[in-house]
Amino acid sequence: MSQPVGTDKAPRPGAGEHEPKGNFTHRLYTGEFEFSFVPHARRWYTISAILLLISVVALFTRGLNLGIDFKGGSVFTVPVSSVSSQTVPDFKQVLTRSAVPNLEGYEVTTVGGDSVRIQTRSLGNDEVSTLRHELADSAQTTPEKVNYSLIGPSWGQQITDKALQALVVFLVLVGLMIWLFFREWRMSVSALVALGHDLLVTVGFYALVGFTVTPATLIGVLTILGYSLYDTVVVFDKVRENTREITKQDRTFSEAANVAVNQVLVRSINTTLIGILPVLALLIAGIGFLGGEGPLADLGLALLIGMVTGAYSSIFIATPLLAQLREAEPAMKRHVASLERRRSRSAAKVSVTTTVATGEHTPSQLSGATLPTTLQPGTRTQPVHKTRSQRRK
Amino acid sequence: MARTSSPRHAKPGRRLIVFALILVALYGLMALSKTWAPRLGLDLRGGTTITLTAHNNSDGSAPSKENLETARTIIQKRVDALGVGESSVTLQGDRQIQVAVPNVSNDELVQLVGTTAQLAFRNVYSASQSQSATSSPSASVNPTAPVTSGLPPSPTPTPTPQTAPATAGLPPSPTPTPTPRPTAPASAPADFSTLLNWQPSAQDDADFDKFRCGDAFPNVPDQPLFACSEDGTTKYLLGPELISGTHVTNAQAEIPQGEVAWVVSLEFDSAGADRFSQATTHLAQQSSPMNQFAIVLDGKVISAPSVSSAITGGSAQISGGNINATTSKALANELKFGALPVSFDVSSVDSVSASLGGDQLQAGLIAGLIGLGLVIVYSFLYYRGLGIVVVGSLGAAALVTWAVIVLLGATVGFAMNLPGIAGAIVAIGVTADSFIVYFERIRDEIRDGFSLPHSIQSGWGKARGTIVMADAVQLLSAVVLFILAIGEVKGFAFTLGVTTAIDLFVVFFFTHPLVTLLGRTHFFGTGQRFSGFEPEHLGVSRASLLGRRRTRQSHPGGGSASSGTGAAKARTARSSAGVGAKESR
Repeated sequence: MSQPVGTDKAPRPGAGEHEPKGNFTHRLYTGEFEFSFVPHARRWYTISAILLLISVVALFTRGLNLGIDFKGGSVFTVPVSSVSSQTVPDFKQVLTRSAVPNLEGYEVTTVGGDSVRIQTRSLGNDEVSTLRHELADSAQTTPEKVNYSLIGPSWGQQITDKALQALVVFLVLVGLMIWLFFREWRMSVSALVALGHDLLVTVGFYALVGFTVTPATLIGVLTILGYSLYDTVVVFDKVRENTREITKQDRTFSEAANVAVNQVLVRSINTTLIGILPVLALLIAGIGFLGGEGPLADLGLALLIGMVTGAYSSIFIATPLLAQLREAEPAMKRHVASLERRRSRSAAKVSVTTTVATGEHTPSQLSGATLPTTLQPGTRTQPVHKTRSQRRK
Repeated sequence: MARTSSPRHAKPGRRLIVFALILVALYGLMALSKTWAPRLGLDLRGGTTITLTAHNNSDGSAPSKENLETARTIIQKRVDALGVGESSVTLQGDRQIQVAVPNVSNDELVQLVGTTAQLAFRNVYSASQSQSATSSPSASVNPTAPVTSGLPPSPTPTPTPQTAPATAGLPPSPTPTPTPRPTAPASAPADFSTLLNWQPSAQDDADFDKFRCGDAFPNVPDQPLFACSEDGTTKYLLGPELISGTHVTNAQAEIPQGEVAWVVSLEFDSAGADRFSQATTHLAQQSSPMNQFAIVLDGKVISAPSVSSAITGGSAQISGGNINATTSKALANELKFGALPVSFDVSSVDSVSASLGGDQLQAGLIAGLIGLGLVIVYSFLYYRGLGIVVVGSLGAAALVTWAVIVLLGATVGFAMNLPGIAGAIVAIGVTADSFIVYFERIRDEIRDGFSLPHSIQSGWGKARGTIVMADAVQLLSAVVLFILAIGEVKGFAFTLGVTTAIDLFVVFFFTHPLVTLLGRTHFFGTGQRFSGFEPEHLGVSRASLLGRRRTRQSHPGGGSASSGTGAAKARTARSSAGVGAKESR
């Protein structure tokens, strides 16, 4: 996968002998080893297109498994001393014999080893009271110990509406914000496309696997927005740095962007891993201690999926897309064309001195400078006498 | 060694002191408020949370902010009347009211908060002092005030300050045995004049004698009602409902033109005006206390004005007595609530037992510890000695977060719920991310051939922008979620937002100064083994790391001292720009 990018790679005589080995991250940084993220954009687009297709198909064929919060209903959680094979049938008996009418369609499941969850239609106030007493009696506990929640039929719709509203407002604001920060609308567009990709893949995954969607899932999905953009911003920041005055550089935007992605790759992997670790902790605690019920597990799962796709999309989707958008500009096209001309000419030559830079400046003399002009006395190509016409190439 | 760092960055100690001072200030405030632990949400300590959704009766749209606030106040009063303490009634979004009552798993609660207010006008037949266990008799306030027509500038307001005559001074019998009362209205509504001329039976009088404030009494429109004033000192024997609150179209507190005293103006719709005119005509002929009518809200007499003349025209003023700036507004609000064209749906009820709450809290804390542990282990594995910075900064962030959450609980009543804890845990990642961005930038700078002290500063200069931007995006998502979301989401968004802001603060005032200081130590500054700045790992020579390359360059063998940063040079925009300019000339 390693391939030379740009002519700046070629003139490194003697690098092998003198160079301290350097680890993998170092080689990524210097470009000794480089993944072709941007050049192989089509490949990644294809992968994502397949993922998105699966997501959309899953969404339409299987649909989302909406939790009770979206459908309306009542849930009772009854603490029991121990769960046995008789527990569920026992509680089903209670519900069948209950004084509360029309309880058909109830669901009884055990949660962890010490509680039973009963889901029924949306009950009235008195019905809740009655059923709570009945359940408490059969579990030999007091009604106060029976947890319940009751969700009106319109509540889910309200939550969904609010979430969608938040989504739209957020997307608009964040698009503006990135545009203001980077002064580049193409970055906003690419970041938002990557974001849409993450959202759709996450939702599709939920549809495919059939995990229950709860309000906590919704929070998780909305949080992915922030997280996915965090990654994208880190990558774009480096891309911007590398492509400053790109028309005066001897590489194309794509090449410079690809270098940027490779340079921040370790950082992206690290930030994603560090972000995922606490999310894993949420999942572990949510499943291990609360039996997979409740916001910890729901949030953890949604965030886990979202963060993985978020990291993927900022590298494989956002940056290549940005490069393509930028290179569609006339100025960039001219730049690419002139570079190609130059390269085909210089290909004949063994080495072109691209390092006839700015004299003997060293970092310490450039204390105020933010960008180093690095020169390697040891590895530097020695000045060769050339005529002016030769140098102009 | 630190020559290359600009003087602007050269005072890490000062920033650390600022950080310490702010921390001390936060904890000082905590000491002042005497709270050391955050307020916990009901899902963590047990309790009942009810979310009500309000809608206008007419078209189901969202009610106005003002109406919602009035409704909230009334519901708060109802909940407070339960005496459960620490309950909160808050507005959420544009149409939700959330009622949170800790440690109560009361089935009545839902009924209580969810019902629409019942405002009604009834005739007073008898009024007397009541001794109730909760109120001291000395605090007796007379809610009686004269009511006059609001149309003409009040033809002599007849300020007869009615002191409710203590008709029955005998103490109520200790064992009241009230007669069973109907709890639902008759199917056929009674004729208005029958209602107006209703008289209490001997049984009613006897029961009323035994009635004490605080006793339950069914509030049925076509039945008599025993009710008390809001302070529980005066009890009233009231006739059936004459005019229901829905006939009130407006109520407001004002000082009429040319007068000095506050009045509460009332307006009725046409049906209400007609009934009010008949009722006042009837009442004006009666003697005290039977010339009074009572305004009853949720079974409590909020005002019992006396009537001296018939009021026609559908608008009336209540004046005199204890009507002043404060009480007139309160009364007007209560009257308005009865007239509020708003009703509530119970959207969700969550009842969590104290034991489940404890379990959830425990699980949340365990999740936090696991998350923190994993992040710390990872940062030590990957960044070696720099892991100390991660641990220190996370610790600093945790201290600040704790103080802020506690203080927010003490001041604005912010309660930490389970999604809130989840938000804080997710924020561990966000916080650690900003350190990574910084560390990686430092390493980049070192790889570009800068000395460590220089890299710490120049790397900071570059990381700063990225961190600010990335945090700003995160903050934006938290703020949008917080403003627009309802229910559980709010707590999550809130803690995520707060912790992100704290992350920014910690990175600027703790992490960066700390790294600068550590860079001056021997262990970190010279890239010792396990320091995280080992030159071998970064692919540079020790000399380059120490910034001694210039001196080595003059030696013939200097080539081996510098290292593989060849690719980096052309890669940086500035140098490439220079080259490019040359080539394209």
